[in-house]
Amino acid sequence: MKNQKSHESDSALPIVITGLTKRYGSLYALNSVDLNVRSGEFLTLLGPSGSGKTTLLMAIAGFNRPDAGSIRFGDTEMVLTPPHQREVGMVFQSYALFPHMTVAENIAFPLKLRGVSVAERRQRVDEALQTVQLDGLGERAIDQLSGGQRQRVALARAFVFRPRILLMDEPLSALDKKLRERMQIELKQLHRQLGVTTVYVTHDQREALTMSDRIVVINHGKLVQVGTPEVIYNSPADTFVADFIGESTILPLQRNSSDQLMFGDQPINAEPADPAIRNWSLVIRPERLYVAPEGAMDGRAAVSFKGIVKEQVFQGDTAFVLVAVNNHEIGLRYSTGSLSLAMEPGSNVTVKLKQEDVIIVPRDMAE
Amino acid sequence: MAGTTQSVANGKPPVHTAELKRQAVREQWALLSLSVPAIVIIFLVIIIPVGWLFYLSFIGSEGQASLEHYRKMIEYKSYARAFITTFKVSFLTTLICIVIGYPLAYFLAQLPARWVGLFMLAVLLPFWTSLLVRTYAWLVLLQRKGLLNEFAMDIGLWEKPLKLVHNLTGTLIGMAHIMLPFLVLPLYNAMKKIDRDLMQAASNLGATPAKAFWQVYFPLSLPGMVAGALIVFVLSLGFYVTPAVLGGGRVIMVATQITAILENQFNWGAASALGVVLLVATVLVLVLAAKLFKLDTALFGKG
Repeated sequence: MKNQKSHESDSALPIVITGLTKRYGSLYALNSVDLNVRSGEFLTLLGPSGSGKTTLLMAIAGFNRPDAGSIRFGDTEMVLTPPHQREVGMVFQSYALFPHMTVAENIAFPLKLRGVSVAERRQRVDEALQTVQLDGLGERAIDQLSGGQRQRVALARAFVFRPRILLMDEPLSALDKKLRERMQIELKQLHRQLGVTTVYVTHDQREALTMSDRIVVINHGKLVQVGTPEVIYNSPADTFVADFIGESTILPLQRNSSDQLMFGDQPINAEPADPAIRNWSLVIRPERLYVAPEGAMDGRAAVSFKGIVKEQVFQGDTAFVLVAVNNHEIGLRYSTGSLSLAMEPGSNVTVKLKQEDVIIVPRDMAE
Repeated sequence: MAGTTQSVANGKPPVHTAELKRQAVREQWALLSLSVPAIVIIFLVIIIPVGWLFYLSFIGSEGQASLEHYRKMIEYKSYARAFITTFKVSFLTTLICIVIGYPLAYFLAQLPARWVGLFMLAVLLPFWTSLLVRTYAWLVLLQRKGLLNEFAMDIGLWEKPLKLVHNLTGTLIGMAHIMLPFLVLPLYNAMKKIDRDLMQAASNLGATPAKAFWQVYFPLSLPGMVAGALIVFVLSLGFYVTPAVLGGGRVIMVATQITAILENQFNWGAASALGVVLLVATVLVLVLAAKLFKLDTALFGKG
């Protein structure tokens, strides 16, 4: 890893995807997708199952043939190139480690195919094992490894031949929660160390928020929103994104006679991003709501809801409260350390939202 | 219940160690008892007759204990020839089955699930037809004026009828056909277990399709192939009907010779001795193969 700095510029390649379309029968798995993956960034494809995120990843790897479109790595058109000539590293969801080879043989496999000498092969396998913290396990058989160890071997095998693009297909989904969270941090550190362009697929929104430079939200074969985790969380493009990422309560808004957006008799002051769209919803993140004494003057509050506590659930670090407001239920989350609100079910409560926490999104009329 | 209340009254609930232990032992015996019918059948159908065979092979023509049958086997060349023929035919049959069966099993393993049934039927259908019927069917096809010769001469492939039957060729054709499912089924099973991701991974890491096949797919299918090949080989060693009919008396295998000895000389001792030697040879082959290929995985489907 010493010469890392010197070839930083050519350790990563941008991916430029245009018009990528893949149909299964009449169903669009990918519907004319345009996407630029910047050189060296960690980009996550996030979506529910069947959204097309894996199809997109597999198309980049070359495992499925799109019906139309272009995939370029840097300036090179790749859409017609067979997978074994694409020079991208990939970590499979199943890890896909060769069971008839040892750990070291697995990692040496891509090097052997590239005619790397035995001595250099051994050195690079050792380096890779060190990088994923598996020093000395080279002679182990695959079935002697734990899930986390297999994950690391798969990772080492994917980057040992120094690909300039790394693809990962839900690599952490088979691990338990604790290990998964640790691996998320490690993967991020590894990405920083290698500097390689990384496309990561997950259906776990928290994982996407944790790891990514940018997130691409996909649904029904289309890109719904592309942005940094902060942008995706704080300014979701529509109700789907707001609902899929993080917890939220989504309330439909009406317009009054003077075209003001209203929730019940309360005006909601927010600038619609697109004046042409008539129907908007209010997105409330539970942790942004706060409880205020009833009737007290509160200059910070932009919106307030009077309601009745329906349920309070203690979850360790935080507690979740469900408040019934008119015909809606609004979720509120508070840190158990800072407050100890005994919100008995049935008691009256007023919850408030600051102006900067007011998020509105166009309403999906299909709902 | 009474005991419980009593103990609780004493302030110490009972721990039931002895009863729990007895329950566990009883369950194990119940499970074991399920194998009793199989053990009885194996004893009646295999252990007793084979033991009897073994005993007979050591009884001389005057009813005394003797090694004369085994001595004869070494003295007379025809016995050695029969063994050589048996192993040759079995080996060639196995080889033909592998050459035909491997691509077939590969094809089946790649098929989408709804097509597998249909093609599997094509493999299995002959399996359900009488062995004798299939053997005579080959006779009809392959004989001098059989369908194959007539057809080939009609379209000018060859001019004189080829000798396709009543010789080694005919025997091998018939045996390979009958043995094929025994190779294809275990091989297909082994291939189905190979994760598709592995081939994609190989390709992703830079392997051409040919390299991916030879370095990943083939080694992983090998246990299935060895298991199938062994079944074919061992079954072929004791095969009787097909060599007898399609060999036309020119392909003398051990089983054919055992029949001949029994029919012509009514010599149970000599026939038994042949059977014993064949059995020992078969066991040797299995032991050797187990050593060579670590067969515990191939034969018992572990891993």
